[in-house]
Amino acid sequence: MNESISGKAAIAGLGVTEFSKNSGRTELHLAMEATLAALEDAGIDPSEVDGFSSYSVDKVPEYEIARLLGCDQVKFFSQVPHGGGAACGPIMHAAMAVATGVAKTVVVYRAMNERSWYRFGTGDYGFAASPFFENVNYGYYMPHGFHTPASWVGMFAQRYMHEFGATSEDFGRVAVSSRDFAATNPAAFFYQKPITLADHQASKWICEPLHLLDCCQESDGAVAMVITSVDRAKTLKQKPVIIKAGAQGIAEGQQIMTSYYREDITGLPEMDIVAKELYAQSGLGPDDFQTAIIYDHFTPFVLPQLEAFGFADRGKAKDFIRAGHHERGGKLPINTHGGQLGEAYIHGMNGVAEAVRQVRGTSVNQVDDVENVLVTAGTGVPTSGLILGAE
Amino acid sequence: MAKYEWLSEIEAMVGRQYGRIYAWDRINEAMVRQWCEIMGVDNPLYTDAEYAATTEHGQLVAPPAMLQGWCLAGFGDKKLAPGSTDENPYGVLEVLEKHGYPAVVAVNSNLTFDRYITMGEKLYYTTVLDSVSEEKTTALGTGFFVTLKMTYFSEQPEGLEDEKVGDMMFRVIKFKPAQKADQKSEQKKDKTEVNKEAAVRKRPKPAISDDNRFFWEGFAENELRIQACNRCKKLQHPPAPVCMHCHTFDLGYQVASGKGELYSFVVMHYPHVAPFDSPNPIGLIELEEGVRIPAGLIGLEEGESPKIGQKVQVEFHTFDGELTLPQFRLVPTKES
Repeated sequence: MNESISGKAAIAGLGVTEFSKNSGRTELHLAMEATLAALEDAGIDPSEVDGFSSYSVDKVPEYEIARLLGCDQVKFFSQVPHGGGAACGPIMHAAMAVATGVAKTVVVYRAMNERSWYRFGTGDYGFAASPFFENVNYGYYMPHGFHTPASWVGMFAQRYMHEFGATSEDFGRVAVSSRDFAATNPAAFFYQKPITLADHQASKWICEPLHLLDCCQESDGAVAMVITSVDRAKTLKQKPVIIKAGAQGIAEGQQIMTSYYREDITGLPEMDIVAKELYAQSGLGPDDFQTAIIYDHFTPFVLPQLEAFGFADRGKAKDFIRAGHHERGGKLPINTHGGQLGEAYIHGMNGVAEAVRQVRGTSVNQVDDVENVLVTAGTGVPTSGLILGAE
Repeated sequence: MAKYEWLSEIEAMVGRQYGRIYAWDRINEAMVRQWCEIMGVDNPLYTDAEYAATTEHGQLVAPPAMLQGWCLAGFGDKKLAPGSTDENPYGVLEVLEKHGYPAVVAVNSNLTFDRYITMGEKLYYTTVLDSVSEEKTTALGTGFFVTLKMTYFSEQPEGLEDEKVGDMMFRVIKFKPAQKADQKSEQKKDKTEVNKEAAVRKRPKPAISDDNRFFWEGFAENELRIQACNRCKKLQHPPAPVCMHCHTFDLGYQVASGKGELYSFVVMHYPHVAPFDSPNPIGLIELEEGVRIPAGLIGLEEGESPKIGQKVQVEFHTFDGELTLPQFRLVPTKES
């Protein structure tokens, strides 16, 4: 008997707002637009929703969405912590709720005005003196001015470059490919604005070894999805996108962005856990994917993710990238929406949306004959992953 | 910090790049002729094709002073040309306005021209918020000088890199208009207090708990203390309430020699956050006792890069007269 969640739930509806630098409306407004669009897309009446899942950092509460949708029988709600590390977690939680019968129709959402209302990259967070764990933990970094997500990733990246001979240009090749896909995606902020490797190398330092063009955007927007059972999804408006596997991971020595005290800081052991679990649940392996969404808040962490999933051997992702396997027409095109570098930074949820479109066959940068798509979540933090596919 | 906390919002904006703003029209003879007529410019290089052909340019060129004009917004509705970003490089002025600096005056602009522009070229520019001054008082009032830098490019056919043709430094002052004479002295006093506060923006202090107090208290004694298990004798960092190896709560500390080597590093550039220097090199140090610790690096010559594996030695420095932190001096490689 298959005890896993594999093949039991499907994404039946998808709703997205436009992505911008200033949405001009509240996060709740964005969340409602995306949620109603997802329900409309699926052909499900809003009052039927009986479950919600989102990120703990999302400031739109599920009870308010439920109130506005007119849901009177909500039986499941969850939030996944650790920022972008949650990108796939809520879908996994929704699939678990559906697979176990706890809920039948779960809305997953992420809505944010992360550009116009607040920003993650300012290096100035007004952190407090009360001895809560996170305050105490940030105390090891903030007083030195070591205080941005780019810098925390940069510390891993520098060591990765040192040990494996990867270069800034290898990181640049990730950015160039993303911007190439974004250039042909009208929903992308960088639509029709491709870059060259020379542009990447000439862009200013944010934090050595990261150039500006190694860093994702900051964006306003929302994405929502509706998850229900595979059997029910088959009776609805869209082609079901089957959740073939979902997993979360915390590994030895785990911290949030600063797991520097591990024996080795060149890998992502939490993503190794996710990879192993996703492959075990689905029975799939690295050769079974036609495309993948690899979380790209900062380019350097794309490389060890390719290694965690066995697309390249340890330390060899640079060769995979140099061969152009990740690009348009390559053997595993990644981030065909343009990624968070090119399309928008909706904390990874816009990547899950692209995976849904790839399985449906409706992406603007559609890959041929898509059967399975891998999606990963934020790196450097406790993370998650999904395998979505056609029946 | 309380009064001017919002300054950090502005500091975070400095260095930000804004996207392209395109010219409505390609460089064309009609607009050049009209501009020359209005400005009273009679140089035939701009309007007489036959003459221009005999010059070193070999063709008509546009007056350099038109550079900024090509990319301006539409006259009536202030619409930008298609494809232009809708990001607002003047967002910083809105923030200042919100905090009580309603007036604005353009102060000066410097244009630099890299080359002449010829008929048919399509221009665009990008903007960087170059700097925001400390609060200053001028005859106009009290406020901030805001400097933007626009870089102008000529769009080239696909496959070729766009060419930079010039740039412009543009400075405004966003200010509270000067008060009437009887209010002036009070205004002055405010300003002095404000400057004092702005000047002493401090490093953030760590949150300290019962689990790591020994670590922070050590710095005042010029000691780098690493948590040590009293039972299994193993070291661990960062400090915790329990030994991660044998799970006893019986923990003490060992004073580290302060010698180690650079395991990894970053050099912080953007955003600029006071009071930190930029660039600001940060090392992940592997101490000879075997644990790692992040801290600022010192002893780098300008333009010199740290090297992984380089030997380092701890020093203790006190900031703002109250916060002592370890920093690691890089030992020159040739001596190590």
